[in-house]
Amino acid sequence: MAALLEVDRLCVEFPTRRGVLRALDHVSLSIAAGEVLGVVGESGAGKSLTGAAIIGLLEPPGRIAKGEIRLEGRRIDNLPPSEMRRLRGRRIGAIFQDPLTTLNPLYTIGRQLVETIQTHLPLSDADARARAVSWLEQVGIPGAADRLFSYPHEFSGGMRQRVVIALALCAEPQLVIADEPTTALDVSVQAQIIALLKRLTREHGTSVMLVTHDMGVIAETADRVAVMYAGRVAELGPVASVIQEPAHPYTAGLMASIPALDRRVTRLAQIDGSMPRLNAMPPGCAFHPRCARAVAQCMAEQPGLMAAGRTEAACWVPVKEALHG
Amino acid sequence: MAEAALLEIRGLGHEFDVSRPWLQRALRGERRRFLRAVDEVSFAIPRGQTLSLVGESGCGKSTIARLAVGLYRPSRGSIHFDGTGIVAGQAQPALRRRMNMIFQDPYASLNPRWRVSDIIAEPIRVFGLMKDRAQIAARVGGLLSQVGLTPADGTKFPHEFSGGQRQRISIARALSSEPEFLVCDEPTSALDVSVQAQILNLMKDLQARLGLTYLFISHNLAVVRHMSDQLGVMYLGRIVEMGPAEAIFAAPRHPYTRLLLEAIPSLSEPGRARVPVGGEVPSPIAPPPGCTFHPRCPLANARCRAEVPQPLTLQTAHGAVDIACHAVAEGRDRA
Amino acid sequence: MSVTATPARPGLGARLRAAYDSDLCYHFRHSPVAVLAGAIVALMLFGAIFAPWVAPHDPFDLASLNLMDSFHPPVPLAGSVWTFPLGTDDQGRDVFSAILFGMRISLEVGVAAVLFAMVVGVLIGLLAGYAGGVVDAALMRIADVQLTFPAILVSLLVDGVVGAVLPTDLHRSLQIGILIFAIGISNWPQFARTVRGSTLVERNKEYVMAARVIGVARWRVMLSHILPNVLGPVLIIATLNLGFAIISEATLSFLGVGLPPTEPSLGTLINTGNNFLFSGDWWMTVFPGATLVLMVLAINLLGDWLRDALNPRLR
Repeated sequence: MAALLEVDRLCVEFPTRRGVLRALDHVSLSIAAGEVLGVVGESGAGKSLTGAAIIGLLEPPGRIAKGEIRLEGRRIDNLPPSEMRRLRGRRIGAIFQDPLTTLNPLYTIGRQLVETIQTHLPLSDADARARAVSWLEQVGIPGAADRLFSYPHEFSGGMRQRVVIALALCAEPQLVIADEPTTALDVSVQAQIIALLKRLTREHGTSVMLVTHDMGVIAETADRVAVMYAGRVAELGPVASVIQEPAHPYTAGLMASIPALDRRVTRLAQIDGSMPRLNAMPPGCAFHPRCARAVAQCMAEQPGLMAAGRTEAACWVPVKEALHG
Repeated sequence: MAEAALLEIRGLGHEFDVSRPWLQRALRGERRRFLRAVDEVSFAIPRGQTLSLVGESGCGKSTIARLAVGLYRPSRGSIHFDGTGIVAGQAQPALRRRMNMIFQDPYASLNPRWRVSDIIAEPIRVFGLMKDRAQIAARVGGLLSQVGLTPADGTKFPHEFSGGQRQRISIARALSSEPEFLVCDEPTSALDVSVQAQILNLMKDLQARLGLTYLFISHNLAVVRHMSDQLGVMYLGRIVEMGPAEAIFAAPRHPYTRLLLEAIPSLSEPGRARVPVGGEVPSPIAPPPGCTFHPRCPLANARCRAEVPQPLTLQTAHGAVDIACHAVAEGRDRA
Repeated sequence: MSVTATPARPGLGARLRAAYDSDLCYHFRHSPVAVLAGAIVALMLFGAIFAPWVAPHDPFDLASLNLMDSFHPPVPLAGSVWTFPLGTDDQGRDVFSAILFGMRISLEVGVAAVLFAMVVGVLIGLLAGYAGGVVDAALMRIADVQLTFPAILVSLLVDGVVGAVLPTDLHRSLQIGILIFAIGISNWPQFARTVRGSTLVERNKEYVMAARVIGVARWRVMLSHILPNVLGPVLIIATLNLGFAIISEATLSFLGVGLPPTEPSLGTLINTGNNFLFSGDWWMTVFPGATLVLMVLAINLLGDWLRDALNPRLR
């Protein structure tokens, strides 16, 4: 399958007065048409930043310092803002953690949907409205035709996130970037939203980049997963392999530190220390100060992604044994 | 339970006044409005054990945490700590010294203008446990070491620490008056998973070493399973299922408990498709009549819509479990 | 058992270096407007504080005044004298020296009035925000009512009432104090409202709850926990209010209800000079006026800069 989106050695930097901080360091990923790529990592690992860079919404003074982002082979990282705006929504949709940042509280959701549809598709008012109703039905909003005239605050949290999904998908983009779409929701509602997102993107053949800190959401939704650590991709591979046979010691530690529902241990495995701050990056592999497997090479030389077992890991001494036997 | 409970809560209820300001109410002819956050909650925590309360937003678990440490005055019911009643807002230093609280947000729970050593020493000073400055400094250094930091960290300000380190500082403060009982209100939900493991391990180590009793509040069932001896599942202010954690995880009976467990994505079966239960938690200002869970319950019938279910004690292999459900009482859940 | 040594707190040199390196100081150094305004304010403060030593003449020393020196124009003009660079007034007083002493009094009244308003406003705001309910409603309605009157009107009223109540001889000696009170009392609602707003945010934060859990007394929670965290905006308002307070004092003195000509502030100087404006002796009122404008402008620019520097969203 040809890649729909390619992120090639992307570097994002923040110039500060104490020097330039590199928040993303040679991040490379690709998403095939119809594929769900999970991007997982701890806060500050750069997962949301990767999404923001792709849709051209980096907060200044952040800037792309190196690398390329290509959509269907065409570079999009150097597009002028006006073209980028047209691309957003039409070809790349976005879903954020807090629905209220996406929805304008002053307009009815019908108006927002119709406006988005008409910005990107040449439809008459009546056709656009019919399309809006159809999308509200697809995301499971009861009485869709009447709810067109409701304001965002008249919906519950889960329903609001459904509206945001409709808004992101209504212009039928090829790719959706979903940044922590379920984090603000209750567990039972979380499951509903994930199921909805999975179903709709499959039906419409939309690719998804699912950014989250929740390994469970990734496990259930993604085809492949990229594990990020300190602004770099630590491991990349099929979701089942990364979860059950992680090759990078960080992924292995992360997986082991998640408390399980189906068994009870006296003590959780823990990774000591914390992720390095951007202004205090260790040389070599960024994980080596916390890594029990580190050798001299890890402290000197930064590893790139290389094949390790069934995944690719940025590690000189990858883990070989499977996690749960 | 035969052993003496350290914390005992009986028939606890709490309402929040959510009415508009007086003038607006008078002009619109509105009545006062109350939000019933907690209703008829009873449980006891034996010394040295952990009781967890789990549930979704608005279920009242955090309100119970605050009632337990006397931040609110309960509308109904009683809270006894080691046999003595807790009175909100009143000076009971002897009692307060023996309990403390760990909070959810490590970025809001430490005063940004205070040095870490002053933050940790505050309970020592408030209860007048030590007077000598050198003695206090030594104690603060000892506490910092106990939670995995160094005594030199005391001179720093909170913003110099990561989220996980701040939560360690928060724990050191909670321990500084040598309490027996800690209320932990979502202590790891703002932390990353690898840091969560560090904090949960630390809390378990401290419990074993100091014989602490925990009231643990969380929305994360996996964390709760890891931490608890006793478990209470809450929905809209009431406990719907309560008993030994092992018993509930081995065989959840209440439809809501089952929904919650079913909603959690499984790591051992990636890509598994599930049929999620519909609906959301209704507003606690206008809860449904009868069993408040009935609009989302697959087993609901006419009785569930009209009559509030009372807890029924069932004996299981792991101990007695209290379940407030008509369907379970009538055996309809096994049909 | 190991003995834990108390780690030493950083010394003065290290603290100064840290202050110089702080974001606020860096921001200041890289803002030309702020540096210029800061320099003007610093220069004026220096001149005002050290007026008795810096000023070439003592305008209060009646013995040194000579009527022969009156009505000298400022320096480059015909009839000017180098010893009186900005000219002299009708009594032979040096205008430059009078301005230095006038600034001293204007700043004194302004700073004291703002401090007074700040203390009253911050305490009321803290109390209203933390106590809430009826206390909050009552205090804030009082503030609302006062805010419906222009501040200068309130000052005039307070000044007049206090002046009428006190016996005349006491009134004279207390004139500065009355002025400070009158200007200060007209400015507290702004502080109170801001502090109340920040207090409402802070009091629900978990660090306040942590203090309440261990039973810290309410006043201590307010003063040692909340107060340090609500002072940022107070500093900005205080700086901006200093300009207003100085203008208020000048206005009152210009209207003749402020300071007497024996203790001339900038406003008094403008007022007395005003009488000679139409006879062509413009320097007696224009120079004090220009000084007032420059001073207030510099202080307000500094306040504006501070507001932007402390607001992370504008950076």
